[in-house]
Amino acid sequence: MPQIFPKKLDFFTRLSGAVLIMTAMSGAALAFYIMSPTVLDTGYTPVQPVPYSHKLHAGNLGMDCYYCHTTVEKAAHAAIPPTETCMNCHTKVKEKSALLAPIRESYETGKAVPWVHVHVLPDYVYFNHQSHVTVGVSCVSCHGRVDQMVEVKQVQPLNMGWCLECHRNPAPNLRPVQFVTKLDWKPEGDPAEYGRQVIAAKGIHPPVNCSGCHR
Amino acid sequence: MDLIQISPAQNATGKKYWRSLHELSGKPGFEKWVEDEFAGGADILDPGSRRMMLKLMAASFGMAGLVACRRPEEKILPVSKSAEDVIPGKPMFYATAFVNRGIANGIQVEVHDGRPTKVEGNPLHPNSLGAASALAQASVLNVYDPDRARSVHEGGKATSWAAWDKFAADKFAPAALGKGAGLRILSERTSSPTLLSLKAELLKNYPEAKWAEYDSLDGGYAIAGAEMVFGQRLQPIYHFDRAEVIVSLDDDFMGEDAATVQATKQFTKKRKVALPGEPMNRMYLVESRFSITGAMADHRLRIKSGEVLQFASDLAVELGAKPALKVLKPGDATQKWMAAVVRDLKANAGKSIVTAGPMQSPQVHALVYLMNQTLGNIGTTVTFSKAVFEPAQSIGELAREIGAGQVNTLVMLGGNPAYTAPIDLDFAAAIAKVATSVYLGADMDETATAAKWHLPLAHPMETWSDARSTDGTATILQPQIAPLYDGRSAIELAAQLTDGKAKKGYAVVQSYWKSTLAAADANRIWRRSLHDGVVAGSVFPEVKVAVNANAIPDVVAAALSGVEVVFLSGNVGDGRFANNAWMQEAPEPMTKLTWDNAAHISPAMARELKVETGGIVKITLGARSLEIPALVTPGQADGSIALVLGYGRTKIGRVGEAVGANAGLLRTSEGWAFASGASVAATGASHEFAITQEHHSMREPDMPGRKGEMRPVVREGSLEEYKAHPHFAPEVDHHLEMFDLQGVHDYSKGYQWGMAIDLNLCIGCNACLIACNAENNIPVVGRDQVRRGREMHWIRLDRYYTGTDEDPQAVLQPIACQQCEAAPCENVCPVAATVHSPEGLNDMAYNRCIGTRYCANNCPYKVRRFNYLDWHKKITPVGEMVHNPDVSVRMRGVMEKCNYCVQRIQEKRIAAKVDGRRAIRDLEILTACQQTCPADAIVFGNINDPATAVAKAKSEPRDYLLLKEINTKPRTSFLARLRNPNPELKA
Repeated sequence: MPQIFPKKLDFFTRLSGAVLIMTAMSGAALAFYIMSPTVLDTGYTPVQPVPYSHKLHAGNLGMDCYYCHTTVEKAAHAAIPPTETCMNCHTKVKEKSALLAPIRESYETGKAVPWVHVHVLPDYVYFNHQSHVTVGVSCVSCHGRVDQMVEVKQVQPLNMGWCLECHRNPAPNLRPVQFVTKLDWKPEGDPAEYGRQVIAAKGIHPPVNCSGCHR
Repeated sequence: MDLIQISPAQNATGKKYWRSLHELSGKPGFEKWVEDEFAGGADILDPGSRRMMLKLMAASFGMAGLVACRRPEEKILPVSKSAEDVIPGKPMFYATAFVNRGIANGIQVEVHDGRPTKVEGNPLHPNSLGAASALAQASVLNVYDPDRARSVHEGGKATSWAAWDKFAADKFAPAALGKGAGLRILSERTSSPTLLSLKAELLKNYPEAKWAEYDSLDGGYAIAGAEMVFGQRLQPIYHFDRAEVIVSLDDDFMGEDAATVQATKQFTKKRKVALPGEPMNRMYLVESRFSITGAMADHRLRIKSGEVLQFASDLAVELGAKPALKVLKPGDATQKWMAAVVRDLKANAGKSIVTAGPMQSPQVHALVYLMNQTLGNIGTTVTFSKAVFEPAQSIGELAREIGAGQVNTLVMLGGNPAYTAPIDLDFAAAIAKVATSVYLGADMDETATAAKWHLPLAHPMETWSDARSTDGTATILQPQIAPLYDGRSAIELAAQLTDGKAKKGYAVVQSYWKSTLAAADANRIWRRSLHDGVVAGSVFPEVKVAVNANAIPDVVAAALSGVEVVFLSGNVGDGRFANNAWMQEAPEPMTKLTWDNAAHISPAMARELKVETGGIVKITLGARSLEIPALVTPGQADGSIALVLGYGRTKIGRVGEAVGANAGLLRTSEGWAFASGASVAATGASHEFAITQEHHSMREPDMPGRKGEMRPVVREGSLEEYKAHPHFAPEVDHHLEMFDLQGVHDYSKGYQWGMAIDLNLCIGCNACLIACNAENNIPVVGRDQVRRGREMHWIRLDRYYTGTDEDPQAVLQPIACQQCEAAPCENVCPVAATVHSPEGLNDMAYNRCIGTRYCANNCPYKVRRFNYLDWHKKITPVGEMVHNPDVSVRMRGVMEKCNYCVQRIQEKRIAAKVDGRRAIRDLEILTACQQTCPADAIVFGNINDPATAVAKAKSEPRDYLLLKEINTKPRTSFLARLRNPNPELKA
């Protein structure tokens, strides 16, 4: 029986097969990359109901993080403050500003201001602010220079690999507890060397097993 | 495959252990449960699921394109104004009480951001001592029951509280009611000081009105018996922690009573035997059905409940308490038994207790008081104080008055009398006869349908009230959440009845207590009482008594005719927990029956009737009859049928309707506790129960070199044996030579968590199982799924019988994940979803699990549970509020199991670090099961520190490991069960 297709077609068949596989693989790699938290979540800057500027309050005015986020050293959550906290000042300052209308409304009606969650972890992750802040991990390590942000933006991927990097080597992210909210603090000398001293002094062993964070 | 013999062979300690009659008979089928990690059929998809599968596939393709999108936007909603002391995300604990049959059991309620999620015991309360019962644990689920009544109904139509208030203002104003003739209040039995003061006020305002009380599980017979012989209403208080010998006459004091936790705490205190040679109490028990107290008894006598009176009378005569004729025939088999009991009691005079069950008549209680007096127990092991309940009209009298047309207004404060009242009163019809009937009830139930007005009753966690414990100690109940469904409390309604004006519960309760407490300090004492959960100094003083033996009528010998029917309460109480899915799905401790009630019959009776378990029998008692499936129960008295109340509800909600049969249909005023003269016949029809006793059965390993002998998974010995051979339990494994197949991790440093469970203390009451449900968000699967072996409980309470099927002994053994150091499950997980922590926990990462079920297949203890379906799919948003936010809610296709409450370990670890980076103290971390255990059978802690309670328990000679020969090195160990038999009665 004569051959229907020329022999050189084999080459093209193989070539197109190879191209197909490579396209699929690079497509998968691209999709994997795009969908990774590094690309997908980093830079997330949702629009908030009130254009609250951390740069103005924490940066220019120098308010401490603790003034609003009072529970950060007492509980797992760094709670968003109640409307009351805003009104401590805004009954006297900018008390008629149109931008603050939702705040005044919330204060009068008792309804919550619907702030948008920026740093979202999956429900099966049990991150605890208290245990990090009280040991000397600064806000800046995870949240970046919030004191320079007009709108809060996610600057770290917050994925498991990123968490584990620090849990395996916490030294660069440790500082004296009193400077935890001083976002521009720099140690004298090598930060990692200072961290190693803290680890030795306090006996810090961050968990790297599953139940450390997943329950 | 060469299968080992599964019919129970004699094991090394010389006893046969069997889980079910099915296993004992050696019929095929049981083997299947032992062979498989889950039952056959557990992994079969539901019918019609091919279509579902195609839908799911289509949906997943559709979703594939959307995956690249970000997670949906989440909102954070902070409060507008903050409340004092509230830290978002931190639980708060409130001291209050769980009221069971009118008796307060102190509890602390854990509240997460305004949601009560978990109940713990209150260590300061005398009826709790830090532990909580299964019912108390489950009561938190009732708060979120979506089937609870949501609005006021008048004549079956929804209306509002405003309409009721308007009606009440006219109706209950003093001008309209006059002297209150024709007004009747029917309350649940209550010890509430505030409610009783309102009752007094009401009866003062309306002197011709009457107040009736009814409790369908306690007739107040103990108090009536005291009235008979002491001439005053006194409450007996049994101090089990002071007694060496206990004789219980049909008294399931650890399983079925208003204050089981206290009795269990005290009883097991005398059951703790650390070292060989230490003493232990001895219990004799006479009963008709096999109760969990019966499983703890050293000697148990099966007789009909109706024969207990004759037995009590004879015992009194034998003890020399009563110079009367004996009623039992000489030569009766019970005579020898009784003679031994009498000698033991006399030898322990002043250190013994004779007690009678709440369903036994006042005469039996009176005889019991007499015997205790003769033995010199009164004042030492048995004391009396003023009863916390006041006399009230009985429901029988009330029904008669209604029948005679003397009642025009009936107000019912809870209790669902149309369902629970004796059937001969036909109370639903009686309600219909009254011109104005008002029912304050939590559910849209049988009484709600019958009454003109139905007012929603608030849950005790939603309102202010108070109650007393058995000894009089008062607790003020405080709310943890505002009423979800617009309910009001019995106190609020009773206060409204006094003058027609609506009042707030807080004001009523507070004004009562402020008027009672020392005026100068009232505010401080009020706050202190709320904080502690007890009002200091409110305990009733002990009353010195002397029994008037002549007041007890002589017992005449009478043969009981026909079959006896005994009524008792089980998982759902008198029916008020019928819509509580946790209680419905909890396996009944002795029979392991879920989602049903049954006619418990003895194996001999089953043979006679030619029925097997599941066969429907027709029980005829007088003119009434009931068809109910039979459950062949080893240890049941011949000729006596036990029927569990609270099932067969016609109106209650989605969970409880059409579950079981209504035993109340046979329950008359005469035969309220038990009745004889019934006849039984098989109908030929059958019913499939959901019984878990064979599910997840472990294989008992062979004794090497000794054919036919098994190494039992549950081990027991006598107190004597323990003295002679302290290591009798671990010795079974001594000849084993073991080596590790792989390198072993070094667990000698840091915290190493371990657990020891003392089988000598565990009474099998299910409190741990329900506590685990609540703590770990364990889903409920339903009857059909339990039949397939898909139940999700992390704790399995195995019940093993020994001896004959007619009169066995029983041992209960709680099994959860054993946290093996060399865990077989970890080796086979393809995605490393279950791996070991450096502290010896077998971690489970749910988000990593892909559901191969290899781990469950490889688990020799069968403690892993698989989410075959999305069990949370049908949960309403309100139902979700009960979830513990510290534990992930698992999705379909994920494996789960016990993790020693790792969320509690982490919480305390962080707390210890924040608190100056100190070490975690012993018993600072309590697992949910350990904390609630009324028997203190579970200890948990760091096994690396020899000073911890768990390390001490593990060093006791009775300590043994389960299936040691497979060298999994479990972190949970068991302390062997001990019995203290009377040498005279040794077979």
